[in-house]
Amino acid sequence: MSIQNREAFLNNVASKLGRNRLTEPVERPTYSVQPQWRVFAGQSQDELVNRLEEQCEKIHTVMKRTTLENLNATLTAALEDYNGQSIVAAKDERNEQFGLSSYYASLKEQGKDVHVWDVSKGKENIAIAEKADVGITFSDITLAESGTVTLFNNKGNGRSISLLPQTYIAVIPKSTIVPRMSGAGKHIHEANQEGHDVSSCVSFITGPSNSADIEMNLIVGVHGPVKATYIVVEDM
Amino acid sequence: MGIKIGNAPFKERIQEGISNDFMRGAVSSAQGRMRTGRLTAAEELGDWEDWRVLGEEIRSHTLTNLDYYLQQLSDQVVKRGGKVFFAQTAEEANEYVQNVIKQKNAKKIVKSKSMVTEEIGLNAAIEQAGAEVIETDLGEWILQLDDHDPPSHIVTPALHKNKEQIRDTFAEKKGYDKSSKPEELAAFAREQLREDFLTADVGITGCNFAVAESGAVTLVTNEGNARLATSLPDTQISVMGMERIVPTWEDLDIVVSLLTRAAVGQKLTSYVTAITGTRLEEEVDGPEDYHLVIVDNGRSNILGTEFQSALHCIRCAACINVCPVYRHVGGHSYGSIYPGPIGAVLTPLLDGYDNHKELPYASTLCAACTEACPVRIPLHEHLIRHREIIVEKENKAPASEKLMMEGFAKWGSHPAAYKLSAKMARTALKPWTKDEKITNGPGPLKGWTDVRDFPAPSKQSFRAWFKSREKGGNK
Repeated sequence: MSIQNREAFLNNVASKLGRNRLTEPVERPTYSVQPQWRVFAGQSQDELVNRLEEQCEKIHTVMKRTTLENLNATLTAALEDYNGQSIVAAKDERNEQFGLSSYYASLKEQGKDVHVWDVSKGKENIAIAEKADVGITFSDITLAESGTVTLFNNKGNGRSISLLPQTYIAVIPKSTIVPRMSGAGKHIHEANQEGHDVSSCVSFITGPSNSADIEMNLIVGVHGPVKATYIVVEDM
Repeated sequence: MGIKIGNAPFKERIQEGISNDFMRGAVSSAQGRMRTGRLTAAEELGDWEDWRVLGEEIRSHTLTNLDYYLQQLSDQVVKRGGKVFFAQTAEEANEYVQNVIKQKNAKKIVKSKSMVTEEIGLNAAIEQAGAEVIETDLGEWILQLDDHDPPSHIVTPALHKNKEQIRDTFAEKKGYDKSSKPEELAAFAREQLREDFLTADVGITGCNFAVAESGAVTLVTNEGNARLATSLPDTQISVMGMERIVPTWEDLDIVVSLLTRAAVGQKLTSYVTAITGTRLEEEVDGPEDYHLVIVDNGRSNILGTEFQSALHCIRCAACINVCPVYRHVGGHSYGSIYPGPIGAVLTPLLDGYDNHKELPYASTLCAACTEACPVRIPLHEHLIRHREIIVEKENKAPASEKLMMEGFAKWGSHPAAYKLSAKMARTALKPWTKDEKITNGPGPLKGWTDVRDFPAPSKQSFRAWFKSREKGGNK
């Protein structure tokens, strides 16, 4: 049985609310205020990149700007910062478009350990990610206000890539930047209404992992990656 | 553990809290930082009052139509390969989880921080089922290692411990041999727990907000342990209080934005992770078996009552972080896993007045909590209403209050008695008076002077002073 005890449970909820069970779909009301759309309203894509950069300082994240032509060089510099010898990367159709497929091949030739997520390898992908120095993924929607990359995890972009390695690099196409989380929420809501299933895992990632559980001291780097770099790529 | 922690009477718990100097210092500095964080974040965001109104409207709409949204949520979770269990009581919820564990023959369970699982006492139930359960949130792990010390704050559960105590616990229980530097302590936890994540059979999480329209369960965290618990084990169980739900992803944006700002002043936490059902075909990480347990455990009794808005709570602890009473007595004094103003409102509703009748009195009614609440729950009004009920219907006012009120009624209605005792007070209290102060008062005064001084009664009563003033005397 996939659902247990639902009828009795929900009948009780309805009766405590003083009415019968609702059978017709509930209309969401138009709320009296909508302040979320005023945040960074009317800012250009370049201004949003600036907002993102300001926020990155607060979330202990390095942000680099680059062009499609210079993406490889920028990635190489970022990998050097992290002394990245072993790399796990998402299998993403944008790898071709952004020249990453050939870049990863060239890294391998240089003797680096590069693993692009491969479903045929099953759980071995996770073991490789666990040992990797750096995980690399694209951002699907980027939130300027909070400095957040949104990942729609799927069979090519495993959850482990942005989670298990010591450090994390997100490649952010400039076109993916929106003012704030409201843009992502609206997108997913509308896609859902059009009948598209949401990813099994949507990860909103804001910099490296952290904790303030010991005497309220901020510790950067706990269970997830301990360092993070965002690379914003001019794609417009 | 259950919602109630410890068996010491309220006064003893408070005494213990008040005499714990480290805890009091830690609490007041934490309150200061979290409060400033919230105010700065609110200021930076702008239109904070509009955001609060929007948050309240979303929560109110959701609770009013709760049966519909829970039905939609469960349909969606099942569509995505998950199983849903509706648990009327804590026992039902625990039994379901125990059965899953037994079916899977699971030995090791990793858990990410969840208040509702504390509330239902899930860990004890798991251990009963013969499995090991590991709390993986740094603060919770510390408490678990330290012989299950209860949490004292809903966001930073180990707030009452200092880093030396934590180092000692790690050394004693796990053979840790490094310093008490927080970074080193955290690195040790990462290393120790990583192995547990990789070998666990089941991951258990709570749920900050479920999204009805698509069946997602969202976890708002900073450390990454909830991501690990939902990515690595093949079986996952999420336990949610039945009110922790929003209609759509658009609403999720608002409540998450309010939660992270109101809790610690972050625009977003490091991770906001929305899990929907099982992993899809060809996906490697994420659970192949997914269970959602929706818990009532007394919540439905709050629906349709004057306290319904208490269920709007998004567990940010902003009310705790401004409460002057919490500041002095700390989290353990409340004797509930939900401390502070929201705890004083919720605990008697969920667990009855019998064990918690003092809680609504652990407040100065200054209303700082109501002002801080990001979804505008009228907390101090709920506390007043609780007191009325305790006095009028339940007849459970604290004995000292009853005695005092009865005495006052007699005394105040006899002018001669009042006049005489006002005159006598100074003389009567002379043995305890020093420098116009009483520091160790007798009888009913003791409760007051245990924690602060009481001024000695003035040489002249107010009435005497007023009379002489009217005659043009002493002003």
